[in-house]
Amino acid sequence: MQFMLLFSRQGKLRLQKWYVPLSDKEKKKITRELVQTVLARKPKMCSFLEWRDLKVVYKRYASLYFCCAIENQDNELITLEIIHRYVELLDKYFGSVCELDIIFNFEKAYFILDEFLLGGEAQDTSKKNVLKAIEQADLLAEENRPRQFFFSLLS
Amino acid sequence: MSPSVRLQEMIRVIRGARTQGEERGVIQRECAAIRAQFRQADNGTRSHNLAKLLYVHMLGYPAHFGQMECVRLIASPRYNEKRVGYLGAMMLLDEKQDASLLITNSIKNDLSHSSQYVQSLALCTLGCMGSAEMCRDLAPEIDRLLRASNSYIKKKAALCAVHIVRKVPELGELFTPASRSLLSEKNHGVLHGAVVLITELCERNPETLEQFRKAVPELVQIMKGLVMSGYSPEHNVAGISDPFLQVRILRLLRILGRNNETASDAVNDLLAQVATNTDSSKTAGSAVLYETVLTVMDIKSESGLRVLAVNILGRFLLNNDRNIRYISMTSLQKIVQTDHNAVQRHRGTIVDCLKDQDASVKRRALELSLALVSAVNIRSLMKELLLFLSSCPPELRAHTTSGIFNAAERYAPSQRWHIDTILHVLTTAGGDVRDETVPNLIQLITTATELHCYTVHKLYRALIADISVQSLVQVACWCIGEYGDLLLRGECEETEPVQVAEDDVLDALETVLQSHMSSPATRGFALTATMKLSTRITHNVDRIRSIVSIYGSCIDVELQQRAVEYNALFKKYDHMRYPALSTTALGPVSSTAGGDLLDLLGGLDVTPGETRSYHVTRPGKTLGPNYRLFMTFVSHSHPPQSVQLQMKAPSGDVIPAHGLGQVTQTVLLNNPNKVSLKMRVRVCYTSQDFVCQDTVQIDSFPSPAW
Repeated sequence: MQFMLLFSRQGKLRLQKWYVPLSDKEKKKITRELVQTVLARKPKMCSFLEWRDLKVVYKRYASLYFCCAIENQDNELITLEIIHRYVELLDKYFGSVCELDIIFNFEKAYFILDEFLLGGEAQDTSKKNVLKAIEQADLLAEENRPRQFFFSLLS
Repeated sequence: MSPSVRLQEMIRVIRGARTQGEERGVIQRECAAIRAQFRQADNGTRSHNLAKLLYVHMLGYPAHFGQMECVRLIASPRYNEKRVGYLGAMMLLDEKQDASLLITNSIKNDLSHSSQYVQSLALCTLGCMGSAEMCRDLAPEIDRLLRASNSYIKKKAALCAVHIVRKVPELGELFTPASRSLLSEKNHGVLHGAVVLITELCERNPETLEQFRKAVPELVQIMKGLVMSGYSPEHNVAGISDPFLQVRILRLLRILGRNNETASDAVNDLLAQVATNTDSSKTAGSAVLYETVLTVMDIKSESGLRVLAVNILGRFLLNNDRNIRYISMTSLQKIVQTDHNAVQRHRGTIVDCLKDQDASVKRRALELSLALVSAVNIRSLMKELLLFLSSCPPELRAHTTSGIFNAAERYAPSQRWHIDTILHVLTTAGGDVRDETVPNLIQLITTATELHCYTVHKLYRALIADISVQSLVQVACWCIGEYGDLLLRGECEETEPVQVAEDDVLDALETVLQSHMSSPATRGFALTATMKLSTRITHNVDRIRSIVSIYGSCIDVELQQRAVEYNALFKKYDHMRYPALSTTALGPVSSTAGGDLLDLLGGLDVTPGETRSYHVTRPGKTLGPNYRLFMTFVSHSHPPQSVQLQMKAPSGDVIPAHGLGQVTQTVLLNNPNKVSLKMRVRVCYTSQDFVCQDTVQIDSFPSPAW
């Protein structure tokens, strides 16, 4: 996977994860163009499109578009499953996740993504393992906090 | 108040801004506060301030002043600060920034941290944005982790190694031994990482590929275990046991089995097993089947297995899920040349996909349909393609017409079918056809001699119905000009004849001439056709004369020049009108300058002074009594009045065949004002009972000529 973008129906970026080195300017340009292209697609169209020399796989969940750019040898259908797995993880973590969760807790969305994918590839194919690791990491972060406020991070 | 709430509060305030300007104001204030906080000593809020900055960065605002803060936070002993620091590094630092090198040491330390979650942060960051230099520095550490750590770390180390190999391919050798032993691990995460790493190593190094071919049986075993095992709740996705791992193993087997008989043999059974046992009702199963098909087609599989693979793709075509239909067609496109017959069996379904709503599916279906055209199915398939053309999306029209013409040319069962097909396309999508369509169609019509009457009738009817499609109008005009007599005769075997008078036909042509929809080229065709009719009709020659003379003062230069030439034909060269305008014969019809008449410029006599002579040679043809040389000037404005042309009689009437002689006709050109001249020369002659004409244009005369 080269990059993953999450954006709303109005084209607002909610998460961007880049696995290839590009300048800020290039990232902005790619984001702008790709978001436009995907938003222009009609609901009945398929989830795959060819864009520049990449394959793009996208899926809409409620008000959020999940969009991945993969290489030519990558399997589009399994990428759909990867996207779905990430959504399931978010859902389990936040409890019926919605766009606002991802807006107000964007850093947690990143932590979850980074526990699931590394360098663009899946680290663990077990949902349970990924969730457990995040749980543990959160606890560790809590213990390490200088202040004594305690949050329940699991809804 | 809790710092985390402060972050969320900031987000709320930013989102509450009603205008872009208001938002910018809020963000400027916040950034100033964050900057101030960064400068202060450690007060426990650093991680949250960085988090705020990262949010601002995601909105598109500059955040480079946070880079050093990332470096500081990564070096912090506190996990929550490290976590945000590493996240910041991945978002704000890339390998192009100098600051990224500063974190190399921290990463190195964290890779051996006592907490696996800290190690994980370091591995993740290195695997995401590590530069070549950082990778070289830290590769030995990664190798160490690949060998001796728990599964949690091993799986991450494997993927980190993948990144390193992509950045610095030579380091692949370092990881090869460790990755081999990882295949015996039971943990799926580690296995998955190992397979991805081995795939990367094998793709980059043929020797490594050789080595890992020995691992094929082991991979087959693992795969069998996944496919045949019972329900495993931890890894089950829609009834498939760990589809992610299955797909990666299949891909690795593909690379190992390519161009290698032994390896391919070893996996044949497995592939058949996966193909038959995998449930494709959900995406997970289809993903595995898809990868299986790709592998079957790429390695040296036995033919039975290939047929099985193509049938899977055929089944995919019937799937309700549009994504699966699209994937299927993409794959079929890749194999339609090599496994043509197998794909033909699914032609019906493919053609049905022409009616799909999705434009990408339509495009795929079009390309596949065109690839499947054969002599056997041309009639039925062309019906579908023409139907598709009438409703296809605009961006596909040019491709469709082009494909239809190619197919028609290769497999037309009859000339009439061919002409009908091209006419159908011109009527439906004449604006989206290639430029060569008009001359090609004219050529085709000329050769279909028994169909001239039929064709001119069809084209006449098309012309009076609609004159907006230029390509169609051009061909129609040409045809009426050539075969107008057949039209006026009022009888036709192949189709219902029209009952038209000469005036009606001339009306049609004049409508084209006068219409604002007609392009200059089209007008040219119409004028020439009108002129040609002067030799095919009997009553209305005067009308034609007047049309032609009107256009002698037309603004369009091409048209004017043509009209002037035709006028000349009427006035001075009336005896040549018939031969010049008679039916174009079979034989070397060249509408471009060239052909046999290139000899025109051979043997130039440059006599000093103001006259030039040209020798016309026509080797290999017998010239009959109808030999005539017909020359006109082509110039930028008017035929130059200062230039005089005098044609002498030809030296003979007959040129013997086989280059045994020549006829010379001298033309004297007097050009006292030395104006630059271009000339068009047309030679009319009879050859073997056919009246022929050739045209050549002389664009420049050698400079010492005048």
